[in-house]
Amino acid sequence: MDFMVFQYPMISVQACLDGILLGILFALIAYGMALQWGVMNIINIAQGDLVILGGYIAYFMYLYGIHPAWGVIVSPIIMYFVGIAIYKLVINKVVDRDLFISILATFGISILFMQLMNFAFGADVVLANSDYGTTMLFNNNVVLPNSKIFSAFISILFAICLVIYMKKSKLGRAIRATAQNARAAKILGVDTEKVYAATFGINAALCGVAGALISITFTIHPYMGLPYTIRSFMIVIVAGLGNLPGVAMSGMGLGVFEEFADYILGTEFRIGSVFLLLVLILVYRRFKLSRKREYLK
Amino acid sequence: MNKNNLILYSGILIFGLAAPFLFPAFKVQLSILCVLIVLATTWNIQGGEMGYNSFGNILFYGLGMYLCASVQVGMFFPLAEWTESGGEKTFVHTPAQFFQGMAVGLIVAAVVPTIVAGLIGYSILGLRGHYFAICTLGLGVAAGEISGGIEIIGAGQGFTTPPFPEVGSLDSRGEFFYFLSFFVLVLTFIAVKGIYTTRFKLILNAIRDNEDKAEAMGIETMKYKIIGWMISAFFCGLAGGIMGGLVGYIDSTDVAFDGREMGVFMVLMAILGGKGTLWGPIIGATVFHIFKEGFWTFFLGWQYVALGVLIVVIVIYFPEGIMGWLREKFPERFGEVVDEKDRKAQVELK
Repeated sequence: MDFMVFQYPMISVQACLDGILLGILFALIAYGMALQWGVMNIINIAQGDLVILGGYIAYFMYLYGIHPAWGVIVSPIIMYFVGIAIYKLVINKVVDRDLFISILATFGISILFMQLMNFAFGADVVLANSDYGTTMLFNNNVVLPNSKIFSAFISILFAICLVIYMKKSKLGRAIRATAQNARAAKILGVDTEKVYAATFGINAALCGVAGALISITFTIHPYMGLPYTIRSFMIVIVAGLGNLPGVAMSGMGLGVFEEFADYILGTEFRIGSVFLLLVLILVYRRFKLSRKREYLK
Repeated sequence: MNKNNLILYSGILIFGLAAPFLFPAFKVQLSILCVLIVLATTWNIQGGEMGYNSFGNILFYGLGMYLCASVQVGMFFPLAEWTESGGEKTFVHTPAQFFQGMAVGLIVAAVVPTIVAGLIGYSILGLRGHYFAICTLGLGVAAGEISGGIEIIGAGQGFTTPPFPEVGSLDSRGEFFYFLSFFVLVLTFIAVKGIYTTRFKLILNAIRDNEDKAEAMGIETMKYKIIGWMISAFFCGLAGGIMGGLVGYIDSTDVAFDGREMGVFMVLMAILGGKGTLWGPIIGATVFHIFKEGFWTFFLGWQYVALGVLIVVIVIYFPEGIMGWLREKFPERFGEVVDEKDRKAQVELK
C-alpha cells in the first residue's frame, strides 16, 4: 500500500486528469456496448477483443511508416466490415435467443480472436508511438502526454458525430425505432435484419476507433480484451441504456477510480480491482432493488 | 433401481476401476477426465437445474487448488520459504507427510469453498440471468488477478505443489491420482443422483422455471439457491485440490482461476451433453475431453482457435446438447408418452 497519493496533492491531480482522459475512452467503448445491448439485446463479451484488434490495425500502420493517428480513420472502416462479418456468421443466429446464449457465443468469439491475434501479432506488449510530446502543467508537477489529450478529443468528436448521426439520419432513426420496439418497426417497414447488422458494424467501428487510440496512448496485447469488456459492461449498468451523459460521467469516474487504485494498491491489483468493483456495484444495486422486492433486469 | 441399471452401473464401476491397467499410457488423461466430469456435473446443479448460469465456479475450483497445496506444504514446512524457493527441493515430504497433508488439504479444499459460497451466496444469488453470469465471471477473474499479487502463495511466479514421494513403482503416482479422482467422481455421482431423486431437485427446477411463482408458492428460494451453490462449491473445491496435485504447478491465472479455459469448459461440457440431465454433463465431458485432446494433439498451436470455433458451433447449433437431441429422437426411451397421431401431424406440418 502506498499512500503517497494523499501526501502530495499533485499526484492526486495527475491521477484525476489521467483518469478522466482514460475514462473518456472507456465511455466510447461503453457507448458501443449500450448501443448493441439496447438494439439487439446482446451482451458482447468479444467487445474488448474488437478494441484490441482495432489497436493492432493502427499499430501495423505505424510499423509500415504511416503515422498511427491515421488509424483513427482506417481502423473503424476495417472494423465496420469485421463487425458485419461477425454479425452475418454468428450474431444473427443468437439475436432472438436467450441472453446467456449470446454471452457464451461471444465468449467463443473472444477466445477465437484472442488466439488469432496471438498468432498473427505475437504475444508482446506493443504500442504505436505517435511522437506527440508532453504537456507540463502546474509548475511541471503534472505531466500529460499530448497523445492522451488527442485521444480524448477524438473520442468526444466521434461520440458527437455518432449522436448527430443517430438523431438525423434515416438509418439512425431506424436503429432507434428498432431499439424501442423491434416488432412495430418491422411492421412499419424497417428491415430489422439490416438494422441489426449496421448496429453491430457501428459498434465494431467504435471499438476500432477506441482501439487505435489505445494503441497510441497506452499499450495493447492480445489477451487484454476482457478487462475492456468488463469496464464497458460496468459503465453501461451504472449509467443505464441510452443515457449518453451518464455513460460519459461513469466512464470518467471509472477512469479516476482505476488511476487511484493503481497508486494506492499497486499496479498488480489494477485489473483485479476493476473486476471487484463490478461485483460490488452489482451487489449494491441488487440490495437496493431487493428492498422493493425487485431485481436487476 | 431396476436390473438393467444395476448392470449398467456395475459395468461402469468395473471399467473405471480397471481403466488405469487397461490404458496405462492414459492415466493422467483419465484422471483429468474424472475431474472434468465432476466439474460439469456440479456446474449442472446450479446451471442446468437451477437456471443460474455461473462462470464463477472456477472461483471454488481455484480456491480449492490453492488451499489444498498450501495446507499440504504449510502443515510441515514454512509456506513462505517454500514458495520463495520455487521448484527447488529445499524441503522434501516423507510419504507419510505427503498423504497426511493431502488428506487434510482435500478436506480444507472442500470445506472452505463451501463456506465461501454460503457467505457470498446471499449477495450474488440475488442477481438474475445475465447479471449473475457476468458478476460471477468478474468474481472468477478478480480472484485470479488478486491471487496473482499475493506473495505467500507464489504471486506471479506460481506455486509448486509437493512432488509425489517415492513409494512403490514408477506408476504409483498416476494410479494414486487416478483412483483419488475416480473416487471423488463416484462420490459426486452418488451425491448428485441422490439429490436428483429428492424434493430439492424439484425446488431447483421450480426456481429455474419461474422464480417469482416458486416464491409465491412458499418456497424460500434464496435458501435453496445458496444450498445448491454450496453443493457445487464443495465438489469444485475437491476437484481443484486433486487437479493441483495432478498438475504439480499452480499459476494464478493459467491453472487455478482459469476463467477463460476451465471456467468456460465446465459450462460448455454441460451444454454439450445437455443441461438439466443427470447423464448429460457426463457424456458431454467425455466427448469434450476426447475432442479437446484430439485438437491438442493434431492441431498443436491452433487448439484455442479450434476451441473458440467449437464453442460458437455448440452454442448456436446444439443448445439442447446430446441428451436433448436423443430426447427428441427417441422420446419413448425417456419415459415420455407420445401420441402417434400427434407425431404424424407434426411431421406433416414440417
